Amino acid sequence: MNSSDTHDHELAIDARGLSKMFGMLAAVSNLNLRVPKGQIYGFLGPNGCGKSTTIRMLTGLLTPTAGEISVLGMSIPKQAEALKLRIGYMTQKFSLYDDLTVKENLEFIAQIYCLSPNESKRKIEQLISTYQLTKLAKQFAGTLSGGQKQRLSLACACLNDPELLFLDEPTSAVDPQSRRNFWEQLFDLSEAGTSILVTTHYMDEAERCHSLAIMDQGFILADDSPKALMENMGVNVLELTHPNLRQVKDELLEFSEVRSAAQIGARLRVLIDDKVNQPDIWLKQALPTLEQSEIHLTPPNLEDVFVTVTEQSSALEIG
Amino acid sequence: MSMINSFRRTMAITKKEIRQLKRDRITFAMVVMIPLIQLLLFGYAINTDVRDVPVAIVDQSDSAAGRWIVEAIKVTQVVSVEAYYKTSGEAEAAITRGEIRAALILPPNLTEKLANKETLGQWLVDGSDTMIAGAIMQLRNMPLDQITSIAAKQAPTFEVALFYNPERRSAVNIIPGLIAVILTMTMILFTSAAIVREREKGNLELLITTPIKPLELMLGKILPYIFVGLIQMAIILGLGHLIFDVPINGDIAQLLLGTLLFIAASLTLGLIISTIAKTQLQAMQMTIFIILPTILLSGFMFPFEAMPKPAQWLAELLPATHFMRIIRAVVLRGGEISDMSFDALWLVGFTIIGIIIASLRFNKRLD
Repeated sequence: MNSSDTHDHELAIDARGLSKMFGMLAAVSNLNLRVPKGQIYGFLGPNGCGKSTTIRMLTGLLTPTAGEISVLGMSIPKQAEALKLRIGYMTQKFSLYDDLTVKENLEFIAQIYCLSPNESKRKIEQLISTYQLTKLAKQFAGTLSGGQKQRLSLACACLNDPELLFLDEPTSAVDPQSRRNFWEQLFDLSEAGTSILVTTHYMDEAERCHSLAIMDQGFILADDSPKALMENMGVNVLELTHPNLRQVKDELLEFSEVRSAAQIGARLRVLIDDKVNQPDIWLKQALPTLEQSEIHLTPPNLEDVFVTVTEQSSALEIG
Repeated sequence: MSMINSFRRTMAITKKEIRQLKRDRITFAMVVMIPLIQLLLFGYAINTDVRDVPVAIVDQSDSAAGRWIVEAIKVTQVVSVEAYYKTSGEAEAAITRGEIRAALILPPNLTEKLANKETLGQWLVDGSDTMIAGAIMQLRNMPLDQITSIAAKQAPTFEVALFYNPERRSAVNIIPGLIAVILTMTMILFTSAAIVREREKGNLELLITTPIKPLELMLGKILPYIFVGLIQMAIILGLGHLIFDVPINGDIAQLLLGTLLFIAASLTLGLIISTIAKTQLQAMQMTIFIILPTILLSGFMFPFEAMPKPAQWLAELLPATHFMRIIRAVVLRGGEISDMSFDALWLVGFTIIGIIIASLRFNKRLD
């Protein structure tokens, strides 16, 4: 188990040319993924984009149609059973037993991982306090709230001190405050040296990751740190006001320089190719009705990145 | 070390199953109620001795001899006279309506026929139920020395010594067989849902990401139900002995051994179903597909020997057929498993092959 300590700079996950076909449908296409150890690596994409399929291939639950996978230095799916001792996996749907209590669920998983009775007792006590489950220990898992279930799932996934955690949309059924707390716990784990691969379709969550891959329709469209992604997206972001935003939006989208336009409250958020110098002036020239409008540049966010890269990929497809 | 870990993982599954079973009140109640209710139901209701068949009398002779004959027939208790008609036409109509199953027609010249030792009358029988028809057929040769001294008393051709169930009570044969039927039902039903339920509830997606091995999962799942099966056997035989006076001639150890072999075979059959079915409903349907032939072909209700050969071959495939022979041999005839080595070995073989098939079919992959 400690062999990994000697190669700290190695990759936790290294997948090359990964593809998965379900019949004629390509769920994942020629995917290359390099996740450095000790990072929280995010997988951002809409539902059905191939995130779960990728995680299932990386954990050996699905056999890839093509490609090579190495996770923690092990060849997958060949060494999948040995890998299972070293990883934790949190499924998208709550998959613990509703009719067992919080503590019984933890005990069950501890027994499955063959922890010794002392070790298991110590570990369970520690996890119950870390994940604020003390008051819930005797409650049936089926009666927990979304956030509580998620904390229990994470606690169970951490029972075997995994080197690598796979979290498949861990926060999809959870309120914002619980999400915040959950991410704090992920950072604690990461600081303690655990590598984490997490899928999400929330932009704010994706922004917290050390690195990020944006996925759509089976392809990785971009991958980098969130900051680099936002800096290198190749567009400027402007917000403008106008009495008739809908009409302005339709007219702006006629211009090839305008990558996207979307209404955000009382304003229109417009993404303009950064080949256009002084985009605010260009806008007023392009659409005279904007003469009276307030227009100002705003810092880009991940949603802009997402919209830009997915728009580029669909443009490529049509082209 | 790996053996110890294997054992611990198996026990983890078993412990979890027991906890879940204890909390599932309905299932827990079923463990006791199924054998209890079925025992009372089958014990009282199933009776292969035909009694009180509703019949009608058409006595056209209106003679003393006619009344004697009717009384003699009533005494047999095979029939119960429900109606008297004047013509055979009325009687036939009543049979068609289902009011009576048979009618006895006594002709106007009955006294004359009696004197000439001719056939006295005619039974019109609804032959659709072969068991009832058979009972009436037996009345054909009814000795009439009760009503007349004309017929000389004749010695029967054979003498019959009835072993094991001299009073010919159906319950004695039915109740040990009931163990086979009820165990088939509950054992297959519980385990066939076992894996499917985890799949439906999403638990399986978690389990397959843990180091648990298919065989450990399978064994861990069936172990608790072995005790369930033994409890059910105890209920059926114990109450069968108390209420229906079923003799338990065999050794208890032999009884346990035989039952354990059958429980193991039934549980593996359930597990195989569980690895095939995608939903609990499908598992249920497949279970019923097994239970019906078990009741009808295993020798539980009808003698195995009376079935056509292909049906017998089919029945030999069912674990219940073999257990039916073992349990009747042990309980009723005081036999031992070693006397029934073919059936016992068959159950052992079925279990081993079944567990292997179930483990191979259960894939820790999703594709």
